[in-house]
Amino acid sequence: MRGDVLTALATVRDPELDEPITTLGFVASCTVTADGQAQVRLRLPTYFCAPNFAFLMVADAYDAVSAVPGVRTAEVILDDHFASDAINQGVAAQAGFVQSFDGEAVAELGDLRAQFLRKAVMAGTDLVCRPLIAAGVTPTELAALPLGAVPASPELERLRRRRAELGLAADDCAPLLIDPSTGERVDGEAVPLHLRRARVTRAGIEANTSMCSGMLQHRYSAPIG
Amino acid sequence: MYEKDGEKYFIVDTHMHYWNAAPDNWVPGAEQYAKGWIECFHAYQSLGPQETHWPIEKFQKYSEDDLMKDVFEDGHVDVAIFQPTYLKEWYKEGFNTTERNAALGEKHPGMFIANTRFDPRDGDNGLDELRRNVERYGSKGVKLYTAEWNNGSRGYKLSDPAAYRFLEKAQELGIKNIHVHKGPTIWPLDKDAFDVSDIDHCATDFPELNFIVEHVGLPRIEDFCFMATQEPNVYAGLSVVIGGLMHARPKFFAKVMGELLFWVGEDKMTFGSDYGIWEPKWQVEGFVDWQMPDDEELSDYQKLTTATKKKILGLNAAKLYDITVPAEFMVPAQAGEPAAKDDAQLVAGQ
Repeated sequence: MRGDVLTALATVRDPELDEPITTLGFVASCTVTADGQAQVRLRLPTYFCAPNFAFLMVADAYDAVSAVPGVRTAEVILDDHFASDAINQGVAAQAGFVQSFDGEAVAELGDLRAQFLRKAVMAGTDLVCRPLIAAGVTPTELAALPLGAVPASPELERLRRRRAELGLAADDCAPLLIDPSTGERVDGEAVPLHLRRARVTRAGIEANTSMCSGMLQHRYSAPIG
Repeated sequence: MYEKDGEKYFIVDTHMHYWNAAPDNWVPGAEQYAKGWIECFHAYQSLGPQETHWPIEKFQKYSEDDLMKDVFEDGHVDVAIFQPTYLKEWYKEGFNTTERNAALGEKHPGMFIANTRFDPRDGDNGLDELRRNVERYGSKGVKLYTAEWNNGSRGYKLSDPAAYRFLEKAQELGIKNIHVHKGPTIWPLDKDAFDVSDIDHCATDFPELNFIVEHVGLPRIEDFCFMATQEPNVYAGLSVVIGGLMHARPKFFAKVMGELLFWVGEDKMTFGSDYGIWEPKWQVEGFVDWQMPDDEELSDYQKLTTATKKKILGLNAAKLYDITVPAEFMVPAQAGEPAAKDDAQLVAGQ
């Protein structure tokens, strides 16, 4: 059953870095007893990593582990963080973010999550388009491509999933290039700038991920995948 | 100054600190935050070369002698600009105040510029303090933390009316440069502290002021880049970019530099070591030696010229702070244009 729990944890992503917490090295330990009591400990690169993202990861991990067949009780604990207590207690009580940080937060985190999903869609667009551009596909041709005409790849699947999470079209007929805020097709003169924005978005996320992994390594002397 | 291959570089370190984060300065009851904060900074240091790492004890409180040696004697810096960080809720005398910085600066005339700070939520007292600091220390710049907590407020926007009052006052007092921390942060909990849209408004409404976005809005460089490209008085502060990426993550450093050069341009990028997080020596020497790699993936990013590096390492900041630079360090007119752009202009002109 521990394997099932780890598989479930691999569906939980750092919303900012758009990577699974398992590959980021954020899962410090995971135990499951024979009678279905799961306990997961999470850790982050610094004591002061943004608490809103930390809360989302702990809450998502709790939901993912709880949904594993055979798990009777789930406990997810964030270690070594300035807001560990508030987050751990809030998630255990299934309280929202606002209630967990009484008086310190005024809004739930749905908007923040959506904002980062849109960034993930932009970064994913660059991942998918780059090989096509290298193969000689022009920006105008890219704008005319439906998703179904793009060669299959893990990057394409990931882009489809992120778009679907945002409620944006992700079927074969949907255009490859869309504005992630409106879902509308991007074409004409807007294409080169859109591709440039996709690229800088990806560069930012990758740079940030690389620094986070370096600091996690420093903090826990952990081998990082 | 730094000299390599017959080229002389005038170095302005636009973002450095002289802090005291040792236990004797921790506020009772807030020890875990004071300790956690400096340990977090220390983790950033681990992204620099191994031989430049310090033990935590030295990192908590380095001496004046350490600073003078690391920054000027070994670090090639000609002028260093102190950026204060208060954090008085955790550190009794503050982490790195205008006063502490200036006291050191006053002992070494001509080597430092002591910037100050303000917080719009401090009201009239804050305006008075700003005036006193500018008069006493001759500050030409301020460092602002829009995400900082203050009396129950979870951060502010630089476009708030209260902030405009301070920006107007700062301008009246002769402040030219507004350094805004838009980067890794802690609080406020639920607001978007990385959001740079407030800078967009201020930069338009205060065209005489320069806005240097420190840490280039990481992890949201795309929002910063897109804003900066539209505002002539917005600059990219490279603190953390060079220190955090050049050694540890060279490929991502190349991408971030390529993007910044494309969107913001070499005339609006300024070097900052973020000392004591990282020593300037390896950053200056490494950056002078650095070039955009010949990698297929990076092929449409511009190469750096010697002029690009001279501007980023000092000449751009010297302009912002009216620092007189001897002629031998200057860039010959027209030499700063990379070949690709010349070609583009030729094509466009046909």
